[in-house]
Amino acid sequence: MPRGEEASFSVEEAPGGGGHRVVLSGVWTLEAALPPVARVVERLRAAGAERACVDSGSVDRYDSALPAFLFELAAAGKRGGIELTEDGLPGDVTRMLAIARSVPARGGGGGADPGGAVARFGRMIVEFFRAAADLLRFFGRGIAATGELLTGRSAMRVRDLTDVFVGVTVAALPIVSLISLLVGLIIAFLGAVVLRQFAAEFAVAYLVGYGMLREMGAVMTGVIMAGRTGAGFAAELGSMRVNEEIDALETFGIRPFGFLVLPRVIALSVAMPLLTVYANVVGIFGGYLVSEFMIGIPAPIFFEEMVRVVGINDFWLGVFKGYVFGIVVALSGCLRGLQCGSGAGAVGIAATRAVVLGITLIIVCNAIIDWAAAALGI
Amino acid sequence: MGATMQSNDAQAAAAVRVSGLRLAYDDFLVLDGLDFEIRRGEIFAIVGGSGCGKSTLLKHLIGLRDPAAGSIFFGGEDFVKASESDRRRIQRRFGVLYQQGALWSSMTLAENVALPLETYTRLKAARIRQIVAFKLALVGLAGFEAFYPAQISGGMRKRAALARAIALDPDILFFDEPSAGLDPVTSRRLDKTILQLRESLGTTVVLVTHELESLFTLADRALFLDAEQKRATALGSPSALRNDPPNDVVAAFLRREAD
Repeated sequence: MPRGEEASFSVEEAPGGGGHRVVLSGVWTLEAALPPVARVVERLRAAGAERACVDSGSVDRYDSALPAFLFELAAAGKRGGIELTEDGLPGDVTRMLAIARSVPARGGGGGADPGGAVARFGRMIVEFFRAAADLLRFFGRGIAATGELLTGRSAMRVRDLTDVFVGVTVAALPIVSLISLLVGLIIAFLGAVVLRQFAAEFAVAYLVGYGMLREMGAVMTGVIMAGRTGAGFAAELGSMRVNEEIDALETFGIRPFGFLVLPRVIALSVAMPLLTVYANVVGIFGGYLVSEFMIGIPAPIFFEEMVRVVGINDFWLGVFKGYVFGIVVALSGCLRGLQCGSGAGAVGIAATRAVVLGITLIIVCNAIIDWAAAALGI
Repeated sequence: MGATMQSNDAQAAAAVRVSGLRLAYDDFLVLDGLDFEIRRGEIFAIVGGSGCGKSTLLKHLIGLRDPAAGSIFFGGEDFVKASESDRRRIQRRFGVLYQQGALWSSMTLAENVALPLETYTRLKAARIRQIVAFKLALVGLAGFEAFYPAQISGGMRKRAALARAIALDPDILFFDEPSAGLDPVTSRRLDKTILQLRESLGTTVVLVTHELESLFTLADRALFLDAEQKRATALGSPSALRNDPPNDVVAAFLRREAD
């Protein structure tokens, strides 16, 4: 259709005082510029119309844009207290409208809630507190499930535990190695650049040891596991939810928490401290490489300096953080997976939400542990 | 149609009794005022068009959702008000076949059928293996013990899920759209298996379906749900309802007519 062809309308008083007429003319196609429905209703209101007939007799060309417009116009007119009828419609348009109107629009709640920016912000706040409450409740169920495990009433299978453990440790080693090595290199490199200005390059060893053992080893491993394993747990349990496998467990009276969540939490809470120790070793090795080949501090001096400042408490603090992050990542992944809605898209959303929740909680828990460690003088 | 649709047959014992049930998702009402009984040993169908709340009603009957109001009695025990441990005890008597089978995908067919037995009985591994082999044979899947759900066809998955559903010799079997996604021949084969199981085990069967072929082949009685009125509008034997429909919706449904 050539550009510029337009649909137009006019509101006239019907002859004989029988209400008003909306006369449509021009081209009413998907590509044509159609007038907004609100403008037609506004003009009818301005004319004081209570009843109006839409006359399509002068329309030159049309496609499904015409019945779509009339369908919306009738609904908008009804909302505005104007009763609209149609006249002179082509047969196929009449039939299409009849089909569209044969089933009344569903009323009641549900579906998308558009709302304004303030409403969306309010919902975000409510959602945040709801998520916090869900997590606390989930944590409580974890404690109860652990009690069941210790008293031999749990449905957990040892094979599931070992399968998950192998999956989260061995398979994660390459990515943990790469990231930890790079983190160690970066800490040492940045330290070298800054400390050189104070002729204190030897302190790079403190920085690397202290930084890796207390903070970066556990935090970076936690972030990797949130992105890798937490998302994986959420997708796995989400798919089970979509396929009704979790419903099937529940109707057999098997609690999904003990059967699915507990092995994952236990596996990750054991695996994470081990991976943290491994990340610390690799990260410190990365720092040593920079110190040896960029600054020229040989290995004996580097490690001697490090041991002089960094203590065993720093090591155990990192391991403890790894343990906490393991629980947090596993719970986040499993919670989001079990909360998964229906449909394939819901699984992706569950995985994304698991990663966001996992990383957020790692940062929050890290801050709390650091604060507590400082207060206790560790 | 009376205010309630409870059985007037005093001789028939009720396996399930539903009273004043209202089902809702938050503020969206799905069904209201449901009153009916399911007799012991019968095949009871829950029927209606898409979106009328059939599967929702099933989810409430098996305890996956709690009703907004009303009660569900299993053998005189109120399932809705029961404690969690009582609920699990009552659920132990259920077998459920889900629409897509819902076999646990990380387990073999044998492990799927064995899990309920391992959870609820103290049977030795050899006995469990024997029972598993027998239940799989009952549904025509002898020799498929080591297969994973992804390695078998949709019809076989349904039958394997049926074997899992009957693992604990349930008193009541629930089926959610057993024919969904199956070709007509496989579907009729599954219907036949359901009938054979009912005859051999004497199990009460509750069936959610919109498939007329299955409805007329299997059901002793059917409860019709109406999405417009959000309530049950008919209860009776499918053939009696077809010959003398109580309303236009039931008539149109049973005669495969659109409005």
